[in-house]
Amino acid sequence: MKIKKGILTSFSITILISLGGYAYIALAHGQPHSEQDLKLFEMAYQKAVDQGYKLFHDSKLGTTGQSCDMCHPDAANTHPETYPKYQTQIKKVITLGEMINWCIINPLKGEALPLDSEKMIALEAYITNQRKGVPLAPGKH
Amino acid sequence: MKPRHESGITRRDLLRAGAGTAAVTLMAGASPFGMVRMAFGSEKAQSFTFAYLSDAHLYVKSLNQKFVDSLVKGVQNVNDMDPPPDFVFFGGDLAQLGHPDELKLGKEILSGLKPKLHMMVGEHDWYLDMGEAWKGLFGPDRYSFDHKGIHFVVLNSVIVKDYWTPNNMTPEQRMLAMAQLDNPKGEAFSVGSEQRAWLEKDLKKVKPETPLVVFSHSPLYKLYRPWNFWTDDAEEVQKILSRFKIVTVFHGHTHQILTNRIGNITFHGFLSTAWPWPYAPTGMPKLSLQMDRPDPFFSTDGCGWGTIDMLGSGQADKTYQLWNRSPMKVTYQEIAAGTWPPAYAQGSSGPSY
Ligand SMILES: [Fe+2]
Ligand SMILES: [Fe+2]
Repeated sequence: MKIKKGILTSFSITILISLGGYAYIALAHGQPHSEQDLKLFEMAYQKAVDQGYKLFHDSKLGTTGQSCDMCHPDAANTHPETYPKYQTQIKKVITLGEMINWCIINPLKGEALPLDSEKMIALEAYITNQRKGVPLAPGKH
Repeated sequence: MKPRHESGITRRDLLRAGAGTAAVTLMAGASPFGMVRMAFGSEKAQSFTFAYLSDAHLYVKSLNQKFVDSLVKGVQNVNDMDPPPDFVFFGGDLAQLGHPDELKLGKEILSGLKPKLHMMVGEHDWYLDMGEAWKGLFGPDRYSFDHKGIHFVVLNSVIVKDYWTPNNMTPEQRMLAMAQLDNPKGEAFSVGSEQRAWLEKDLKKVKPETPLVVFSHSPLYKLYRPWNFWTDDAEEVQKILSRFKIVTVFHGHTHQILTNRIGNITFHGFLSTAWPWPYAPTGMPKLSLQMDRPDPFFSTDGCGWGTIDMLGSGQADKTYQLWNRSPMKVTYQEIAAGTWPPAYAQGSSGPSY
């Protein structure tokens, strides 16, 4: 298959992403990102957000038929900007991912996701993206 | 009022029409006849209490026991009321995905209620088969009845424009789309012109002084369109109700403590037995005291049921019977006097966990 020089087609982007192409296209230090690069970053990010949206609305994360959106439409009341914070009921400081796992294990009766898994990162991307522009308030109650 | 003894006089008719003082005296007090205080032709309503259960969202039992347990608990709570309520109203969304097995399970649980039950449909009951199973189990989706001087109307307010046919959606896909509250492609709920015509006709026989209670699943006003906390033809329905002096709307769907007043109409939202919805980010009515954010570590926090005290005036006080918190009573007097919500609570959304 022919890939035009200098133009990242969606096909090549897919390959770059699936190869973990971020490092590959990372630029020499001090250089601004090209428009193409920014487009690529944005597409990779949006892909994670979209995957997160799907997982968030999918009952397969658990075993009770429920999905995250049933208590959190549009990710409301997830307040990602307040993590890490002291979670009063767990009695320690936890991250957003750990709180997501609490919800998967308890109300959804599912299996916890590894914190560095693609699915967990996607969920965090969607939830955090919903609060874009909200000032960070870690630790807030 | 047309005399009822024109043809076929019954004892009850005599009492209603006030045609027998002796009989009225005899029947006063612990009477099996609900209409006894309407003797002498008075239109004055009689005070009584009814219970409100809503939004059970049952899956089939093998999948989700928690929601089953919650509805069973609600039924038990209602049965424990002393004195018992005059009736129980169910506010819709009995099932989660409109499946006949979910609806049958719900009917089985609700059959444990000792008082009489009135049912209303929600979108989760409706969109798998367009209400066929629900209507088969519970009867018409819109109807009216009279009780102790009050006229009650039950509506199907979850009618939406057909977007499934053009998109070639299966009934299951349609149901899943309707079950997603934050579905960006969802259509707005409505009562619809056909049902509005029915409503006008139903109300024709009712005097403007008669207190009116309307049950709808969605709030009969426009709160927040993205989550269908909304009825698209709300203004048209409100206009039909504007002829009446005392109108109260009780609704489900929003799964939260919610109060509103528009003109002559007071609106009360009720709790779900299954889970609480967050408050909408915009559009909240001024009268709404937002309950503190539910604690996810208590699986029934923010959930519960309700009781409604119909006052002799025909207005209503409501009490949220929260399972993990103290009951919260909101009186009509506070709403009318503008002292609800209390100043200390205004603008507060409570602590986060
Ligand atoms: Fe509901
Ligand atoms: Fe609903």
